[in-house]
Amino acid sequence: MRLKPAEIAERVAQDIPDGAYVNLGIGMPTMVANYVSDDRQVIYQSENGILGVGPAPAPGEEDPDLINAGKQFVTLLPGGAYFDNAESFAMMRGGHLDLAVLGAFQVSEKGDLANWATNNDTYPPAVGGAMDLAVGAKQVFVIMSHTTKSGEPKILESCNYPLTGAAVVKRIYTDLAVLDVTDDGLRVRQLHGDNTFDEVQALTGATLLPAQN
Amino acid sequence: MINKVWDSFESAVSDVKDGDSVMIGGFGSSGFPLQLIEALRQHGARDLTVISNNAGVGDEGIASLLKDRLVRKIVCSFPRSAGSVWFERLYEEGAIELELVPQGTLAERIRAAGAGIGGFYTPTGYGTRLAEGKETKVIDGRGYVLETALPADVALIKAQRADAWGNLIYNTAGRNFNPPMATAATLTVAEVERVEAVGDLDPECIVTPGIFVDRVVAQKEWRNDAA
Repeated sequence: MRLKPAEIAERVAQDIPDGAYVNLGIGMPTMVANYVSDDRQVIYQSENGILGVGPAPAPGEEDPDLINAGKQFVTLLPGGAYFDNAESFAMMRGGHLDLAVLGAFQVSEKGDLANWATNNDTYPPAVGGAMDLAVGAKQVFVIMSHTTKSGEPKILESCNYPLTGAAVVKRIYTDLAVLDVTDDGLRVRQLHGDNTFDEVQALTGATLLPAQN
Repeated sequence: MINKVWDSFESAVSDVKDGDSVMIGGFGSSGFPLQLIEALRQHGARDLTVISNNAGVGDEGIASLLKDRLVRKIVCSFPRSAGSVWFERLYEEGAIELELVPQGTLAERIRAAGAGIGGFYTPTGYGTRLAEGKETKVIDGRGYVLETALPADVALIKAQRADAWGNLIYNTAGRNFNPPMATAATLTVAEVERVEAVGDLDPECIVTPGIFVDRVVAQKEWRNDAA
């Protein structure tokens, strides 16, 4: 079985600890905030200069300047703060963020992350804050589909797309499984539904290690 | 008497020259000095190097400078947004040079220029294509890339409130790149929503002290559309 994107986001949310400072990437990672349970207080950073990002404002109550990194209108929670971009990325590179949840094109078995460019050179590249987040956050979780739309593995022995960062990913959440990047290699942490190890291995371009009990 | 308030956007950018490097504050759709950019477009200086996080969307703001073919080179982190048609068209034609810089490295290079720092070693980009050709160094077992300061001839920035001494206060996330850019240019011009009397801005809340600001122009009619 394959989880839907919202279900993968819900699974990631279970692993976000109380009190964490977290940056959620654009797209599927942003959905994670919808599923963090109310008994946990999590402070979200937006790299354009916000700590304590709140939910979308009611229609008509938008502050035109108050957007997240994905250009969506947001609000500021009580206790939140604004700061400039230099300070925002000092916060990141300085190791003050507990966790970044990012999307990816490919992840290698060593935790190399490729999420900013493909090998299509006709298209102008864009990187934004991806490289800073990859090296700066204390932990990087990746949330993505296990394979491409055409069924090719996105988890590989080594990435063939340009790297965002080398050996930066700690855990990979896909529609098929949850995998940990360990010194021994990629270890299955959880198989979703009735998926078997062999089925997931067959859709993975690197050797998997079975879950440890 | 220090009075940095100028009457018009046109006069405040009238000495921008062909070939100048111009920082433009803003991120996404937030905190852009749109009226200064329009004045710069009408002024018509060419062969500009624009330093900003994005490369413009639609026909407005930075995109309007691209559309008029006033920009030779853009230094930014995220040129390709939905609707950045003018950047994409010029890039495809080979009519614009792109220097792609990770967002935090862009901010820190600007900060370094304003702080008198010649360069710095950052872990961002180490081992990636964006570090190719750059000096690297391993410090305490971690790899770093040498990045150099990025100054500019002119910074066009946006704040919410100012006084005649050039002190600035921003609105929410509209702050973004504006404060570091204010420090990094030979000439810094701020577009603001209103100018208050000297002494009326709370000194505990001033984000950019006036020493970094040369000219202030108040908006005639406030608007804040996506740039």
